[in-house]
Amino acid sequence: MSRTLTAAPPSAAAPRWQMSLKTATRIKKAIITVILIVLSIAALFPFYWMVSGSLKTEFEAFQFPPTLYPQEPTLENYQGLTRDLPFGLFYLNTLKIAGLSVLGQLITSSLAGYAFARLDFPGKDKLFLVVLGTMMVPAITTIIPLYILVYQINWVNTHYPLIVPTMLGSAYGTFLLRQYMLSLPKELEDAARIDGCNSFQVYYKIALPLMKPALATLGLFTFMGQWNDFFGPLIFLDKLELYTVQLGANLAQGQWYTDQPRLMAGSVLITLPVLLVFLFLQRYFVRGINLTGIQG
Amino acid sequence: MATTAAAQRSIRWSRYEGYLFIAPLFVGMIAFIFIPIIVSFAMSFTRWDIVTPPEFIGTRNFIQLLTSDRLFWRVLGNTFRYVLLSIPLSTTIPLVLAVLLNQKVPGVTFYRIAFFLPLVTSVVAIGLLWRWMYDSDFGLFNYILQAVGLPGQKWLSDPNLAMPAVVFATVWQGLGYNIIIYLAGLQGIPEHLYEAATIDGANDLQKFFRITVPMLTPQIFFVLVISFIGGFQSFGLIYVMTQGGPVNSTNVYVYYLWQTAIGSAKMGYASAMAWILTLIMFAATFLQVRVSRYWVHY
Repeated sequence: MSRTLTAAPPSAAAPRWQMSLKTATRIKKAIITVILIVLSIAALFPFYWMVSGSLKTEFEAFQFPPTLYPQEPTLENYQGLTRDLPFGLFYLNTLKIAGLSVLGQLITSSLAGYAFARLDFPGKDKLFLVVLGTMMVPAITTIIPLYILVYQINWVNTHYPLIVPTMLGSAYGTFLLRQYMLSLPKELEDAARIDGCNSFQVYYKIALPLMKPALATLGLFTFMGQWNDFFGPLIFLDKLELYTVQLGANLAQGQWYTDQPRLMAGSVLITLPVLLVFLFLQRYFVRGINLTGIQG
Repeated sequence: MATTAAAQRSIRWSRYEGYLFIAPLFVGMIAFIFIPIIVSFAMSFTRWDIVTPPEFIGTRNFIQLLTSDRLFWRVLGNTFRYVLLSIPLSTTIPLVLAVLLNQKVPGVTFYRIAFFLPLVTSVVAIGLLWRWMYDSDFGLFNYILQAVGLPGQKWLSDPNLAMPAVVFATVWQGLGYNIIIYLAGLQGIPEHLYEAATIDGANDLQKFFRITVPMLTPQIFFVLVISFIGGFQSFGLIYVMTQGGPVNSTNVYVYYLWQTAIGSAKMGYASAMAWILTLIMFAATFLQVRVSRYWVHY
């Protein structure tokens, strides 16, 4: 339901200058479109700056006034960056971390979400409150002991501390899937029960397929979160060959602090995959924010 | 009811199968959240550098933080400044944008991409990009300023401007998220309210302030709370853009905590900081909820 803009309806004795309803609405929509376009360009321009900067030669990048588009576009920044840093390896590392995290997260959170939505067991409501409660504790409070724990079991400089906690589900994921599950009708599940399915079969054959949109959303969020994660890899990874793309780009800043075009190339490299994923799965993204936003 | 003993057993057992379903989640939570929380609490009363055994020192960490650590109060102030600067912008601008986007103008997908792109971009990419745009000598922003006759600024090198500069980048990034929240809220406003207002002769501005905004107060409240919580724990962008400088003008709470824990290996001290942070978060959220009953309409 959109908020319709209206002008005063024309009356019989209308002065000649009073516009018709239609024209007024059209003008308003035009003005709004212009404003939105201007603001969108302002919001998008930094990205254009990032991409165009990555294609400029170092010489051209440091022209003042800056050129609007690269006069002599070049790929040398990308070539140099990937030659000096093993970005392919970073990509593989990050894909591995993100992929495994998504897989584990989907399984664990769907199991728990299904249980909280459909099964009955003693203390269910209290346990769910506990799950929600964990979302309230700042992440930093748990990171320090987590680091020490990881240190003691020799998981530092491995990918495990980045994968396993996420694989074992999250309050957010459980919450999201539980809410979604609750909004679905029970008929199919009841029918399956009558046919003799046990809970796991109902989960696997009925609930899981029904949950697909929410699973897509959770998968998207988890993937993006892991791909863009900077803090975790920063704390747990020291060795270059284990680095994720984010650490790689940040390392580039350390090594070539003033080589802006090269840094822009790095930024583009680490943003492109997420951008593509987002473009294809936009509606799941929006739905995800809505699902938890409104209930929040 | 003539159920067999086996059937009765299975009915009894199936009461507890829920526990099996939530087991993986709770194993993870116990291992990676509950135990760390308890350990972190205990650690805050010790001095520990990981390599040597921890030494119990009572509340000394807390006392030192609150009374003799000048930098602690500095970063606390910086963090409040960060939040107080970013919240007005990040709550109001998306609201206006959401109202505009709700007018059913064509090209919604384009606008959606435009405002969401910053959201899906990592802090590293955003930090590098904005650092270049803020460059004192060759950056885009100084070019624009000088093009209209204003002097260029030192931005990230200026202790007074660095924080607002980072805030601006943060607001830009977060627009999309709040826009969606508001858009969802806008969908829920009954059309007849606007129609009644039109009949009473209200213009668009009046409708916005008298109908739209009050009806959106639940969403505004939500945005406020999460913006505060998220903003207070900000770390990544500052790490990439300013590393807490210049002269600690952008050193925020979590950044100082990280320096203490990972840089100086003062785990006990850092844990104490983490718990003070948790307290602040709880208190602030509690306060906001309390005050909300005066201005939020459901």
